[in-house]
Amino acid sequence: MEQILLGAVSLGLLWSIMTLGVYISYRVLDVADLTVEGSITLGASVCARMISTGGDPFLALLVAFFGGMAAGLATGLLHTKLRIPALLSGILTMIALYSINLRVMGMANVSLLRMTTAYSILGSLLGLSKTVSVILLGGLMALAIVFTLYWFFGTEIGSAIRATGNNPRMVRAQGVNTDSTILIGLMLANGLVALSGGLIAQSQNYADVQMGTGAIVIGLASLIIGEVLFGKRSFLSRLLSMLFGAMTYRVIIALVLRLGMPADDLKLFTALTVALALSLPRFKDLRDTLKVSMNGRKSHA
Amino acid sequence: MLKVTGLNKVFNPGTINEKTALDDVSLYLKPGDFVTVIGGNGAGKSTLLNCIAGVYRQEKGSIELDGLRIDNLPEHKRAKYLGRVFQDPLMGTAADMEIQENLALALRRGTFRSLSWGVTAKEKIEFRKQLASLGLGLEDRMSVKVRLLSGGQRQALTLLMAILNTPKLLLLDEHTAALDPKTARKVLELSDRFISSMSLTCMMVTHNMRDAIAVGNRLIMMSQGKIILDVNGEEKKKLTVEQLIRMFSSRAGEEIINDRMVLG
Repeated sequence: MEQILLGAVSLGLLWSIMTLGVYISYRVLDVADLTVEGSITLGASVCARMISTGGDPFLALLVAFFGGMAAGLATGLLHTKLRIPALLSGILTMIALYSINLRVMGMANVSLLRMTTAYSILGSLLGLSKTVSVILLGGLMALAIVFTLYWFFGTEIGSAIRATGNNPRMVRAQGVNTDSTILIGLMLANGLVALSGGLIAQSQNYADVQMGTGAIVIGLASLIIGEVLFGKRSFLSRLLSMLFGAMTYRVIIALVLRLGMPADDLKLFTALTVALALSLPRFKDLRDTLKVSMNGRKSHA
Repeated sequence: MLKVTGLNKVFNPGTINEKTALDDVSLYLKPGDFVTVIGGNGAGKSTLLNCIAGVYRQEKGSIELDGLRIDNLPEHKRAKYLGRVFQDPLMGTAADMEIQENLALALRRGTFRSLSWGVTAKEKIEFRKQLASLGLGLEDRMSVKVRLLSGGQRQALTLLMAILNTPKLLLLDEHTAALDPKTARKVLELSDRFISSMSLTCMMVTHNMRDAIAVGNRLIMMSQGKIILDVNGEEKKKLTVEQLIRMFSSRAGEEIINDRMVLG
């Protein structure tokens, strides 16, 4: 059991970096960006290709990050310059990335068994087990990214990006090119998602062209769990709650699998959870309306 | 200061919904002019402001500001010279950001945005003073999210943001129309005070004839995309609502107007 939980936490930390990316597009920019499903696989593909051909696993992560940024740029250009709705722009890039990922890997999946990954380097350097080195590297990177994002969104450019998600018209009236802020935001978001994909591929020792399917839903589930359970007081606590949300999601999944849910039903389970969580505000409204009408009836009686 | 020449704007050209919103509009504003713009619905008042601001691109005509052609610049580049307040109090601010963050965004209007800190300690001291000048107690709530403010408070904040980085031209687009009468008066007083103390050049669109007479040194009336009346100085001071209604009927060739313009 302990082993399962530890595994869930380590996987959660790697996915939390992707959740931070989803947070930037979905919460900060207010765009449901489906590019994520392709860019997470892109990160994995890039790492798999580079490592299996003898490349440096850390350099592979960096390349994965830039690859993700390029994917975000593609979606951003489709959306801002060609005026294609954001959702559709994301879908187009996602579909295009499927072919690109196959090209990057040269096949549908690549195994990294017995190859040098970032974790094996770290593990042999510090004498740690695989799981511990995943937690160490994933945790350090996730925290470093949280603090970097906290700094970035406090800068002039970062503030302008936050405001763009809030009220693009006002931002243009304040002299900001909202095309640029959307581009920067989407690039940053997908860069993080691809980095996360690269870290995941290195930890599970393989990359698969299908691994991104449903990633956006997992990201949203983690985001909502993080917000609901771990509060949203300050911006820093919101960012940190993404880490806890992603880990909690993995622990929940590990638990329901252990309780006997077939793994094939996992995506259905996740989709239902997210649908429920996203509709919570609506249920609250409904409850309030019911309350009011009940009270009204009482006062008439 | 502002020179608008032969401005034309047609919405939905070539369709059954084609509408000429601006029909060969020319207008010159001297530095320090405070022009109030009135007219019925669809007269072209807001379209004129939006064309100047770059929200819409005109079909024909030119717009010059302080000797500089701005009609080919995109909206965000024109923003360098323009302060704007919108009709909808939700429109002028970023709801999920703090009061001081909104002010800091506005202070950087027209400057290059870098990776230096979004709000500095020095700016906060300055913001506190400026917020105090609104007389709404916002100076003690600088780190509150704008979402929590009332419509009047948000509109006053938007006004402060519009003048923070002194604009060459202030565009007020029915900025008191969505407020209750008392708040509307307060925001109008604030606008008038800022405009005269900073000698700003300003165009204020309003539905309210009384307001249009009460503030500013010049009044323009629009109908069907044309300027049909332009009153200045002493003559404007003596105007009454009744006169305006009569002028409107005779010049626009149609009966006035709606109750909101007369009673509002």
